[in-house]
Amino acid sequence: MTQGITRRTALAAGGALLAAPPIVRQANAQSAFDWKRFSGERIEVSLTANPRSTILIQNQREFEDMTGIRVGAEQIPEQQHRQKFAIEFASGRPSFDVVGISLHVNKRQVGRARWCTDIKALMADASITSPDFDFADFGAGAVEYSTQSDGRMDTIPEFTDYFILYYNKELLAAKNIAVPTTFDEMYDSAKRLTEPSRQIYGNVGRGLRNANVVLYSSFLLGTQQRDFLDAQRRLISDSPDAIWAGEFYKKLLRDCSPPGVSGFNWNECQTTFMQGRAAYWLDGVGFAAPLEDRTRSRVAGKVGYAVVPRGPANHHCAMFGTGFGIAEQSRKKGAAWYYLQWASGKANQLRYLTSGAGSPARTSPYRNEEAISQSRFSREFFNTLIASARISRPGLPEIVPVTEFRDTIGAALTSTIGGADVGNELRRATEAFRPVLEASERAA
Amino acid sequence: MDGAASLAGTAATTTRRRRRNYSRRYWWFVVPCGVVVLATIIFPWVFTLYMSAHDFKLGGGREYVGFANYLKLVEDERFLLSILRTLYFTALSVVLPMVLGLLAALAFHRKFPLRGLARTIFILPMMATPVAVALVWTMMFHPQLGVLNWLLQQVGLPPSLWVYAPETVIPTLVMIEVWHWTPLVMLILLGGLASLPIDPYEAAKIDGATAFQAFWHITLPLLAPFLVVALIIRTIDALKAFDTIYVITQGGPGTASETINIFLYLQAFAYYNLGYASAVVVVFFSIIILLAMVLLWTRARVRA
Repeated sequence: MTQGITRRTALAAGGALLAAPPIVRQANAQSAFDWKRFSGERIEVSLTANPRSTILIQNQREFEDMTGIRVGAEQIPEQQHRQKFAIEFASGRPSFDVVGISLHVNKRQVGRARWCTDIKALMADASITSPDFDFADFGAGAVEYSTQSDGRMDTIPEFTDYFILYYNKELLAAKNIAVPTTFDEMYDSAKRLTEPSRQIYGNVGRGLRNANVVLYSSFLLGTQQRDFLDAQRRLISDSPDAIWAGEFYKKLLRDCSPPGVSGFNWNECQTTFMQGRAAYWLDGVGFAAPLEDRTRSRVAGKVGYAVVPRGPANHHCAMFGTGFGIAEQSRKKGAAWYYLQWASGKANQLRYLTSGAGSPARTSPYRNEEAISQSRFSREFFNTLIASARISRPGLPEIVPVTEFRDTIGAALTSTIGGADVGNELRRATEAFRPVLEASERAA
Repeated sequence: MDGAASLAGTAATTTRRRRRNYSRRYWWFVVPCGVVVLATIIFPWVFTLYMSAHDFKLGGGREYVGFANYLKLVEDERFLLSILRTLYFTALSVVLPMVLGLLAALAFHRKFPLRGLARTIFILPMMATPVAVALVWTMMFHPQLGVLNWLLQQVGLPPSLWVYAPETVIPTLVMIEVWHWTPLVMLILLGGLASLPIDPYEAAKIDGATAFQAFWHITLPLLAPFLVVALIIRTIDALKAFDTIYVITQGGPGTASETINIFLYLQAFAYYNLGYASAVVVVFFSIIILLAMVLLWTRARVRA
């Protein structure tokens, strides 16, 4: 039995003919690019321990086979990693060529000390930049986050973390409560959902010093002021808007959250939410994967995702981000740049998104309908990420002493959960940190 | 006679010269040790003193500030409170294991069936890795999901917030110290009890002394040198406690469990204020020296 040429086949063949030139051009460009240029070199990569680094290390062979470059990669827990690379950079002889950097913590420190090389110069060199790299694919916010105030781009964006609202669908449905769209709605419904006798709480969130500032900033971003610094880079964490955000933080954690929340970091929050004991949890996007893990979570399949509710004056979600940098002292910048192109390439970024390891800095993964439809995460999750990207704004000030800032303001916020006056605590903390910031800014 | 004296004098001179020569040669054997001490103890100390007199920041410059870091410490409420918390934590972490360790040693000194097994079980906590222990305790302390509150509820007691409330965080951390280190005190005192002579007890028994009188007037004084050793070890251990506190609370809630070690760690490795952190080290070292002198003085008095 033979089959003639159908209209469908003819249309497909015509489409293929039309599409052929660009495909061939791309293939030629791809084949012309010399991925083996630095074959035989070995580079050291220092990463923060997280699911994204695990993905890179698991797929490292792919890069090694493609380029012939050997990679020695390490993953170190976040806080220890920050100390390690800072100390190694300060020593003048870092042991690594490529380093993963938390931009919300170390961006200004790294930029001021010029520890990492300017990526733009490498990117401009067509002989070492793959035509597939497609820099325009990176989100504008992520690129801006990776760019220093003097225009240098010393990291390539990797991951953009947005604060989103996780909610327990079952608990909300039981009381016929709609997903909150404003902070006021969030508080009112959280209060209705709180039943201490059943050990069910309307909300759970970070109360521990330092860790809590990123939650507080989610509320501050909803005010007219939005940021911790004014246009002259002066600290304004004791303004009326800052105090309003503090009051909201206080009442949400004091009235609607589990006892002991003042000592909760993300892991305690995650445990509480996973066990179905809290209705709302505002935190980073990376927690979707453990929450949907049926072997560990009691709320798997019952988790809803929404953007952070609107504030009284603005609607933003806190954004944090990471990037990859190349050590200025590295003697293998070419090989390191190849690694960066691969690590932040479209394939790895798509892996981040579909595995729930985090929201990629590139935009193309969000447009990959096929991959998204096959993901174990709901459409609601991806829509929330896309919507969050549109309203995102840095959740922490870009200053060098950011950890000290988080500790000082964070301790004040923790005290408010215990009942302390928000205005007094924030004024005292601001007064304590202001000279530190001023000294740091003078040195800049 | 003169000749003999002269010969003797010459021999003495030669011996002295030889001794002197030997001692000169011996100095070379001390050099490796001296270099190690210089590199690992003397130099770090001198450099710490140097840094404490500078505004020394990682990734930034250094500027001579004299005693400014020390003066800042005197005015730093957070630092002063960290000293008080350290003393509070140390006092509880020394006294409780000492008392409980003594009671345990007295109990395990007596003969009873399966005594060896019971002793082994008792000293098990001491063998656990502090960080692993801290992680397990953290899970057990969870106010809603931890096993400790579940146990309290089983016996009709109200739940506690453990390390999640400023009021209870230090007593809870002390509880872990007690669980972890009481066996060490018990072992030291058990060794002491085993070495005590029997005669004084027989004499006391003949004189009609009660068990408590025998303990108070014989056991305790004879055990005093061992108690002082245990006291010194426990005090040093409690003063330098860091890993458990850092893993469980990171100094929180707020700054409620921020001891000097945590404060120092944050200044040096989170804020990168190396000059200021060096000043903290110098002050902390002075406090430890002071405490050590008090303990050594106590030990000397006990021996006397």
